[in-house]
Amino acid sequence: MFLGTVVYAVINSVILALMAIGFNLTFGISGVANFAYGALYIFSAYTTWMGLNLVGLPYPVAAVFSILLTMLVGAAMYRFVLLRVRGQALSEVIATFGIGLAILEIFRYLGFVGFEYTLPVFIDDSIIIAGVYIDMQRLLIVIIGTAAIFLLWWFTHHTRLGLAFRGIAQDERTALTLGIDSDRIALLSVAMGAGIAAFAATVIIPLGSIAPAEGYDVLIKALAVCIIGGLGSTGGVLTASFLIGFAERFTDTYVSSHWTMIVSLAAILVVLAVKPSGLFGKQKELEERI
Amino acid sequence: MPKRKERIDRGINVRSGDVFALCSWREMLYLAGPRFIPVFICLLLPLLLGIYWQKVLLSVAVFALLAISWDILAQTGMISLGQALFFGMGAYITGILNHYWGMSPVVTIPIAAVCGGLICTALLLPVLRLRGIYFSMVTLILPLMLVRLIEATRIFGGTEGLTGMTPIPSKWLELYVIIGAMLAALFGFRRMLSSDYGLVLKGIRDNDRSVLNAGINIYWYKTQALFIASGIGAFAGAFLTHVYMFVGMPVFALDYSILPIAAAVVGGPGSLAGATLGAFILVPLSELLRGTGGLRIVFYGVFLVIFIVALPEGLFHFFQRKYHQFERWVEVDQ
Amino acid sequence: MTTAPLLDVTGLHKNFGGVQAIRDLNFELAPGELLGIIGPNGSGKTTAVNLITGFVKPSSGKVLFKGRDITGQPAYRIVRIGIARTFQMVKPFYQLPAYKNMIIPLYSPRVKKLVGGKYGDRDAVALDLLEEVGFERDARVAYKVASALPQGYLKRLELAKAIALQPDLVILDELFSGLSLAEVASILPIIEKLRIEGKTIIMIEHRLKELFRIADRVIVLNYGQKIADGTAADVMDSAAVKNAYLGSE
Repeated sequence: MFLGTVVYAVINSVILALMAIGFNLTFGISGVANFAYGALYIFSAYTTWMGLNLVGLPYPVAAVFSILLTMLVGAAMYRFVLLRVRGQALSEVIATFGIGLAILEIFRYLGFVGFEYTLPVFIDDSIIIAGVYIDMQRLLIVIIGTAAIFLLWWFTHHTRLGLAFRGIAQDERTALTLGIDSDRIALLSVAMGAGIAAFAATVIIPLGSIAPAEGYDVLIKALAVCIIGGLGSTGGVLTASFLIGFAERFTDTYVSSHWTMIVSLAAILVVLAVKPSGLFGKQKELEERI
Repeated sequence: MPKRKERIDRGINVRSGDVFALCSWREMLYLAGPRFIPVFICLLLPLLLGIYWQKVLLSVAVFALLAISWDILAQTGMISLGQALFFGMGAYITGILNHYWGMSPVVTIPIAAVCGGLICTALLLPVLRLRGIYFSMVTLILPLMLVRLIEATRIFGGTEGLTGMTPIPSKWLELYVIIGAMLAALFGFRRMLSSDYGLVLKGIRDNDRSVLNAGINIYWYKTQALFIASGIGAFAGAFLTHVYMFVGMPVFALDYSILPIAAAVVGGPGSLAGATLGAFILVPLSELLRGTGGLRIVFYGVFLVIFIVALPEGLFHFFQRKYHQFERWVEVDQ
Repeated sequence: MTTAPLLDVTGLHKNFGGVQAIRDLNFELAPGELLGIIGPNGSGKTTAVNLITGFVKPSSGKVLFKGRDITGQPAYRIVRIGIARTFQMVKPFYQLPAYKNMIIPLYSPRVKKLVGGKYGDRDAVALDLLEEVGFERDARVAYKVASALPQGYLKRLELAKAIALQPDLVILDELFSGLSLAEVASILPIIEKLRIEGKTIIMIEHRLKELFRIADRVIVLNYGQKIADGTAADVMDSAAVKNAYLGSE
């Protein structure tokens, strides 16, 4: 049982990390609070489902289309809403929260709830590693997820666009003087964050079914990971994902499933009280106070 | 000739400035009207409405209190995404006191308001030192966490909740107490916020470094504002528990967090009267939309976004402006 | 010093995640002195002030004020003990009239303590204080909304906010920046008046001519370190200072 828990904890951690890096990109790195993140995640899942089941597209096409559509929605959200309230972080929160709410509740209202709302797994098979039974989808998630995280790390540290993202988070005015168009960058970061959320949804949703309630859960989990790990730090996101992932799995196996979310939520509170910049956040120390 | 829009104070607005308002009844009415007429209407409504709409009025008052609570926090620079936390805390405390110890509503409601305020303030104390966004995140998370906690530990009635509370003796008492509380909160805290104390709170929102520089402990003032706001929310929750004679996990529902925000944003963020106005508009609206089920929340969300982006001053300030000033086209002198 | 120094800074260091902003800063300040702090941009002047006034915690070192150790204390407590500062980037409450901006410092516990209980009418005191810093009473300048006031008045408002706290030590961070010569000339008498009242003043400035006219002593910072400490004349003769400002051959 122990080994099984460990293996599933690793899988859970990668899942959490995948969910969080999109949010981390947008908020931690570009400073744009996107509380519609969870909603975009679910939106993309439903879009893929509709492409697959209503329009009859092949699975990969539906998935790619859905990711692109979600990115467009993210960009539109920025262009028409966030742009007007940019800088007032609290209005950003309210506005994006309102949008996310509207999206999720529309789906709930239109009746998109039920077991038939699910996406097929990529490869319907399973293997045994170290005496533990793992289904292929989960294995794929670990592989794809790890690759995605490294790709994103390389992007934010080694490409001009990625560095620009981090620039406007650190000091927007300086970035402007360097010729970085902060609005365009913010737009791109919101769109990319949305795209990553969509990508994560495509890979993770096949494990279960699509439900609007998941949207709130995903937002909370992403927030938890980013806060604990330290906003803006990819290493922090990884560490926090593993910490929470392991804590959740072990709580689930050895205590009871009810307590899993409580553990993550309690962890957030503890971190905020003790080291608010997160485990790995450094430069935010000044801005954290006041 | 090109024209521009000019906005000028109305004649009567100028005539009723300062002590000159005492000149004639018309000026005094101009000033007193907007204050007394709504109060008069609020006190009259319970007698005029049928049973169904009386219940709606009760709901309006409760949500108005929650919206006022939200607005007080917002004016201090804290955006709460979890009014349900205060509401649910008050509800549960009163439920526990009444269910397990049989205390009467006259005792439980005040205790729940104060203790609810204390507990919520204690829970949020660690994040007061951080950027506003962390406060918002934690207020979002805490109600959800408490729901899971109750579900997991099955305390306080668990998923079924506690039933069989003492009801409030008479229907009229129910209505008038809550309306009275709403009016008291509205006018009382409005007074507080327009005093120098309120200026400090708003200063904390606008430029807390400057307030800190004046030797004022901003964290202590934020704590005070938090206590007041959570106390109001807890009172609302405690009251409703005795009206419904039930308390359970639904008291932490998202509805109680979102509608107050929508009401305050639509009605006029930055003014308690606006928050109340917003409640008077949105709650009956949501009642009329009750048939559409989950679509209600979609509307709140949409309203929220539209108002925050397009009409950030809210309806109240819009009406206030129209009342005090008028606009006309004038020619631009080149 | 024959009398005990009002402010005593020893071994102050500040490290911002790899950037050494302040390195081993030491100086003393006698009561009634006017000390100037100058240095090229980025030399750490504002950081030094932030460290002393509690807006930033020092990495190491000690700050003594009137003999009391105030190192690392939060800003509001340091203000209550008697140090007031202005900010380089003046940010008043824009939608409020100038005199309403004064209410918050007048609400401060320090003021309450010194005046003994509540001010009867903060508005009246605010108007008086503003008149002292040059807000013409007849023109009712103090009633104007802060967003409508030019920089000269905003700087004076900032000064008034500091004075309202009745501090023993006033620290002015680039008060003269962005002002015309005429505006500077009109503020100098106000600072003179503060000196006559016995207040100790620290001024961070870039406008050396005006500063040297009034400063008793000048400290020069460069890359976070003190490279000169003396009268204005001594300092301007120092090779190190010339090097810092103009570069070497």
